[in-house]
Amino acid sequence: MKIAFASGKGGTGKTTLSVNFALYISATRDVLLTDFDVEEPDSHLFIQGDLTNKIQCYTEIPEVDEALCNGCGKCREVCNFHAITQLGNHTMVFPQLCHSCYACVELCPQGALKMIPEELGMLSEFDADGLKFLEARLKIGKEMAVPLIRQTADHIQEQYSDRFIIIDAPPGTSCPVVETIRFSDFVVLVTEPTPFGLHDLTLAVETVRLMDRPFGVVINKDDGLYNDVVAYCESESIEILARIPHQRAIAELYSQGLTLFDKNPAFLEQMVALESKFKQKALL
Amino acid sequence: MKIAITALEGNSNAKMDARFGRAKFFVIYDQDTKEWSSISNEAAEAAHGAGPLAVQTLADAGVKIVITGNGPGGNAARGLQTAGINVFLNKDDITVQEALDKYLKNELISF
Amino acid sequence: MKEVVVISGKGGTGKTVITSALAYALGQDCVLADCDVDAADMHLIFKPQTQIAEDFYSGEEPEIDAEKCIQCSLCVQKCRFNAIKMAESAIEFDPFACEGCGFCSYICPQGAITMKPRYTGKSFQSEIRTGTTMVHARLLPGGENSGKLVAHTKKVAHKLAEEKNVPYILVDGSPGIGCPVISSLSGANYVLLVTEATQSAFHDLKRVYELIQKFRIPAGCVINKHDLNPALTTNIEDFLHEMDVPLLAKIPYDETVLKAVKSGQAINEFAPKPYAEIIDKIKHRIF
Repeated sequence: MKIAFASGKGGTGKTTLSVNFALYISATRDVLLTDFDVEEPDSHLFIQGDLTNKIQCYTEIPEVDEALCNGCGKCREVCNFHAITQLGNHTMVFPQLCHSCYACVELCPQGALKMIPEELGMLSEFDADGLKFLEARLKIGKEMAVPLIRQTADHIQEQYSDRFIIIDAPPGTSCPVVETIRFSDFVVLVTEPTPFGLHDLTLAVETVRLMDRPFGVVINKDDGLYNDVVAYCESESIEILARIPHQRAIAELYSQGLTLFDKNPAFLEQMVALESKFKQKALL
Repeated sequence: MKIAITALEGNSNAKMDARFGRAKFFVIYDQDTKEWSSISNEAAEAAHGAGPLAVQTLADAGVKIVITGNGPGGNAARGLQTAGINVFLNKDDITVQEALDKYLKNELISF
Repeated sequence: MKEVVVISGKGGTGKTVITSALAYALGQDCVLADCDVDAADMHLIFKPQTQIAEDFYSGEEPEIDAEKCIQCSLCVQKCRFNAIKMAESAIEFDPFACEGCGFCSYICPQGAITMKPRYTGKSFQSEIRTGTTMVHARLLPGGENSGKLVAHTKKVAHKLAEEKNVPYILVDGSPGIGCPVISSLSGANYVLLVTEATQSAFHDLKRVYELIQKFRIPAGCVINKHDLNPALTTNIEDFLHEMDVPLLAKIPYDETVLKAVKSGQAINEFAPKPYAEIIDKIKHRIF
């Protein structure tokens, strides 16, 4: 079973929730926690584990054989991403812009281009007292999150299909999130009870529905004062899975990079609630 | 030698455009013929890779110096370097002609 | 005309809260541009009255002419993104998987595929209660913010500022450090960095600062929720000092901020004491 913790915007607490929930249930089950926020992975800040394995991930980019190239310019014409320029006799590739579509390679009349591997990022596997943790980190300067997410997903399918999988999704509603949701069986949308939170939640709900995945909502930083999120969920028949209370003590623990489920009873109570909801749904 | 200046319009009296890749125009001064010309920048409307596309445009036009406001992004900077195009920065809100004058008087900073 | 861009790297630092407060303080003196399109929240504070809405197109997607298609399936084989599938009687295209490379259109032997601009969302010009115009956008799900959309939003803001003789453009910048951020910074005269006293926000601040340094844009910084982690705040202050970035303000963790957001107001509008003074101080150092 694969459960993604997602949110329409950053800073709602999806990392806090996914990490703490993973740590909490790993006491009783085999869990894999994974961070798909490959551009800014930060789950590792909260996990103290031993590094057990590192896997280099690659994408493919074109390389030009200058001896075969006659400078016809076909490659740069067909590249919709402007990842190839031709400067005099020199053909230059911009790896960050390349989507590895192969158009330039296959359409070059001289056969002067071929695809070569290019470092994309790194998968790091950790063991934290039985909890497995897999972090995917895009190499600095790389902007293509989706291919790395796909490769991470493939690795999980091969290595961890027997575990309960918790995914810390990237923020937003753009391609990396769509790719994450596509891979998940159930989505937990983390929101906060503010007009911002509600607005971003509605966008996230729209996305998850479009992808046709079951989902529920966790309200974080819940002070019981702003009820529009609850009203929205009721009117849309969306289940609220847990409500994490708004406490300065929780914010302080978080800013120090500390786990919450083992230090704050109110928080723990909500982890227990979430677990029982998952059991009801036969997700656990 | 050809000197390009990023500009909001296609003439030497136009205000400079501080952007590089998505500049509206490149106004070009040819030091040999003392003539001005301009190119409407196709990259301004590109969804991806505006920087490299703009470099391509300048390289095709035979430009060797470009004067802009905030400097090119990473991709464009690499492309410009490979193309042998030197970049100079002007931070003031001035016209293309004034930017050229400052360059010729050696008053601009190199990127 | 002076363009001021507010960025933070990571989300959730309070960037939009600070930007909206500055916009409130500036009133008619600024045109507001929301380039944080992935989490465009400013309209929740200003409840804009939309005057002009236009469709926005970015990138391309294939259009398959069923009349011409002979279902040879070459496009299906060549697509690296599994975006084209052979269904029972026709070729089907998956817009979520397509990256818009156009390879299919180049190789179709029947010329049945043409690339069309991809509809990605809407761009708006709206009136807000501070007496100015706000330029903003909304993307479809799966739609990605792009340098193009950011450039478009800023272009419209510039045009409006010029027409109405408004001295400032205030931009809520994009998150991260990719293409949209570069497009946000491109053309900026000043950058306001908003960070908070958390490890991840500090980490991002450093990355964003590298970009600004390269572009040589003058910058200042606001540390939000500074009292949540005083030790870390000291580290951030040391970093700013070392980089010669002026610290414009430190704002404490305060429930009032949340209440202001919930009531749909700028913080200096909701709680003039103490925020009018704090925000005015920031304003005077920038504008």
